[in-house]
Amino acid sequence: MSESKIVQLHESLVKKEISCRELTEKYIGAIEKDNAELNAYVTVTADEALKTAEAVDKKIASGEEIALLEGIPMTLKDNISTDGIRTTCCSKILEDYVPIYDATVWDILKKQNAVLLGKTNMDEFAMGSSCETSYFGGAKNPHNTGHVAGGSSGGVASAVGGNIAVYGLGSDTGGSIRQPASFCGIVGLKPTYGAVSRFGLIAYASSLDQIGPITTNVEDAAIVFDAIAQYDKMDSTSRGRQGSPVYDSLKNDIKGMKIGIAKEYLEGIRDDVRQAVEDAAKVYQSLGAEIVYFDLPSLKYALPVYYIIACAEASSNLGRYDGIRYGYKAENYKDLNDMVKKTRSTGFGEEVKRRILLGTYVLSSGYYDAYYKKAQNLRGTIVKAFKDAFESCDVILAPTVPMTAFENGHAVSDPVETYLTDICTVPVNICGLPGVSVPCGFNAKGMPIGMQLIGNTFGEAKILNAAWQYENAANQFRAAGFGVKL
Amino acid sequence: MKYELVAGFETHVELATNTKIFCSCTTAFGGEPNTHCCPICIGLPGTLPKLNKRVVEYAIRAGLATNCEIAEISKMDRKNYCYPDLPKAYQISQYDKPLCEHGYIQLSNGRKIRILRIHIEEDAGKLVHRRGDTLVDYNRGGVPLIEIVTEPDFRSVDEAKEYVEKLQTIMRYIGVSDCKMQEGSMRCDVNISVRPEGSEKLGTRTEIKNMNSITFIAKAMEYEFARQVDLIESGEKVIQETLRYDDVTNTTSSMRGKEDANDYRYFRDPDLVTIHVPGELVEKVREELPELPEAKKERYISELGLPESDALLLTKYRKIAEYFEKAIEGTKTPKTAANFIIGQIFRSVETESEKEEFDVSVSAENLNELIKLLDSGKIRMNLAKSTLDKMLETGKKATELISESDMGGLDENALNDLCRQAVEANPKAVSDYLAGKEKAVKAMVGFVMKNSRGKADAALAEQKIIELIKK
Repeated sequence: MSESKIVQLHESLVKKEISCRELTEKYIGAIEKDNAELNAYVTVTADEALKTAEAVDKKIASGEEIALLEGIPMTLKDNISTDGIRTTCCSKILEDYVPIYDATVWDILKKQNAVLLGKTNMDEFAMGSSCETSYFGGAKNPHNTGHVAGGSSGGVASAVGGNIAVYGLGSDTGGSIRQPASFCGIVGLKPTYGAVSRFGLIAYASSLDQIGPITTNVEDAAIVFDAIAQYDKMDSTSRGRQGSPVYDSLKNDIKGMKIGIAKEYLEGIRDDVRQAVEDAAKVYQSLGAEIVYFDLPSLKYALPVYYIIACAEASSNLGRYDGIRYGYKAENYKDLNDMVKKTRSTGFGEEVKRRILLGTYVLSSGYYDAYYKKAQNLRGTIVKAFKDAFESCDVILAPTVPMTAFENGHAVSDPVETYLTDICTVPVNICGLPGVSVPCGFNAKGMPIGMQLIGNTFGEAKILNAAWQYENAANQFRAAGFGVKL
Repeated sequence: MKYELVAGFETHVELATNTKIFCSCTTAFGGEPNTHCCPICIGLPGTLPKLNKRVVEYAIRAGLATNCEIAEISKMDRKNYCYPDLPKAYQISQYDKPLCEHGYIQLSNGRKIRILRIHIEEDAGKLVHRRGDTLVDYNRGGVPLIEIVTEPDFRSVDEAKEYVEKLQTIMRYIGVSDCKMQEGSMRCDVNISVRPEGSEKLGTRTEIKNMNSITFIAKAMEYEFARQVDLIESGEKVIQETLRYDDVTNTTSSMRGKEDANDYRYFRDPDLVTIHVPGELVEKVREELPELPEAKKERYISELGLPESDALLLTKYRKIAEYFEKAIEGTKTPKTAANFIIGQIFRSVETESEKEEFDVSVSAENLNELIKLLDSGKIRMNLAKSTLDKMLETGKKATELISESDMGGLDENALNDLCRQAVEANPKAVSDYLAGKEKAVKAMVGFVMKNSRGKADAALAEQKIIELIKK
């Protein structure tokens, strides 16, 4: 059975079974109790949350209708700009930075009286796969705090998986929504590039970044996606949702739907993960879908292409943090150059500096053609390969991550090995496609396994439809031992 | 040995759009520091640029006015470098797909200066040094610029001066920029090398950056030419470097050498989409272009019969040309209007910006009326000239200043009377004239003009006076 948490809470609020204030207080209380262990939140905005909650209660009391997301306690990854609320990217360099404008996604949700509980932890500037490059330390996995929540949107996943937020918005550049969702046993949707406005999202790699929802179930992901996928004139690359709300077709029958599997996606995957994905394929067959197999030889280029392009763009995007206008500034410097150098040397963490250096290198004259230009050409090859794949199938089924959540400390000890674990998620970003991670089981140690459904451009409706049907038939969500018990 | 100068220009022209290139902040010059700014143009984290369509249109206009081809598909790139006046640490510019390419501007000696490219980009802020502190003002950051790059086609300083003036005139005509060099809305970098006359091979070049006056450009080029020739003559080598020109000492000095040249790590800006310029847009912009100064000048010479010097003066500023064209509507000789404007009205405009605005006290309509009075013989030239002076002083119309009785010529009898009086009243002039001083007659003509309040025909009066004296 599949159940929407947002719809349930919405009905409780409308029926006055619980006031929005009570609901919000429960979540704030749970954050106070559990955040020390989960380290999901880096900033808690209890006062603002309660203020919004009271406004919602007033509306309900006066008999006004409220929107679905109205009064629902949620969180934002700390790279989404919030006017008046510090937005740190979990970096020392932005530790005290308070934006003076709202990101478009937050502007949309704020107008719907979404109750913002606070800003959540992430890998510094979204660079990492474990949340451990965060200046504030990593967020922990609610299913076992000896493991990471994943990254980079580890804080949102930890908060939603640990039920100290109903849902949250993360950002996904190479898997940063889907991978932590998979690690924490919840749902994470990376929308088509351009479906959701990037305005106000502090950039890591502009041609790959995309904001999307992290929720406990597919229906909630559809509700949040429909709300935030709007054309935004402030973002030239924004297109908005194309077609009807994805919610409308969410529960459609999937008889005859063609689900594609590429063997390359199953190579080098841990057995328990591969087994879970293969079991999911069987569930689809039982629902009347057809499994089709295809080759994706260019998948092997995806990782180098991703790391070259992402680092190149990052090296440019992060150039602005120089200590002159905002953020951290080093002390004791000789002159301007020395100030900028010291600020950046001490303000950025190791992983960020590694990627800035890599990116600077691949764009340098003499190396540009060998790296950046070649990566751009290969990007075209991969885009073409996926385009061809969608000639023969409706959605692609793949693992989200080759394994389950790393133990704490493991990912940062070997950065290159960790890069390799992004193999299943990066192609979606390279091609600008939508992808959703859905829980599909647990391994022997009780750690969640996630599977990924990949759609064609603006194919959110199809992948969410397929995801909902799977969830409804074989729901693999388990509440972790944290957070609000309703 | 004789040496030849070889030079090329890179000119930055600030576009006169109301708003900046990627946000809706004003482009107005000046203002309290950091008041013409927003999160986008100071590059706050998370902000995104949005290309101002007017900027593309203005650049197309500039491209068409300089005979360029307009690219159907173009894009924006990031030029990465770190400097406090550049808040994103990259300038959004165009690298390998500029909006306009392959144009030219023709000089008066018939030579064509080829325009390699014109691209659009954002301006940086500026540093203000005050009492040992350095402050940054981002008001200018994000103001749209076009950069006009020529081939190394200049062979003399005079050609360079003419080019800059021509460029200024054209850009002002088509309304894309005020090109005020002193305010920095037009700035030039010059590449210079020398070679023995007759040689085809280019010498090592230096680049003089950021000059903001035609006089300084000329002086800097002369200095740099001489410096390079001296180096070569004394057996030394010219080093490829970037120079700054000091207008106080009239010398150039090194800013940075070739080895310190920045690696700008250009790459396509992923925040901005491809720029598509449909052919219809180019045609629309082409149709809306005003007649350009060069074409106008030629027309004034061939159709209106003006001497080249007049045509040049009247076409240098668009508003003056418009004024002139209005003033000659329905009149007989365009030269008359040209004389009035150049001889008398120009006295009231001194500065460059006054000429640019050409907001004079005599409206083109009023000048037109005055010329028509002259054409119809109702007044004579002398009266017209003195009336124009009064019009300039008072702003009044000619018909308000000339009474009915002054209108119309003088009849034959009245003129004869006045001439007789003139001869009688000036015995000294008469004897001088008879003694061979022909100019003495002018005094008597003056008497006639004065007493006829300018209505007399001076030439006729002179003829009659001479007849009277010789009788």
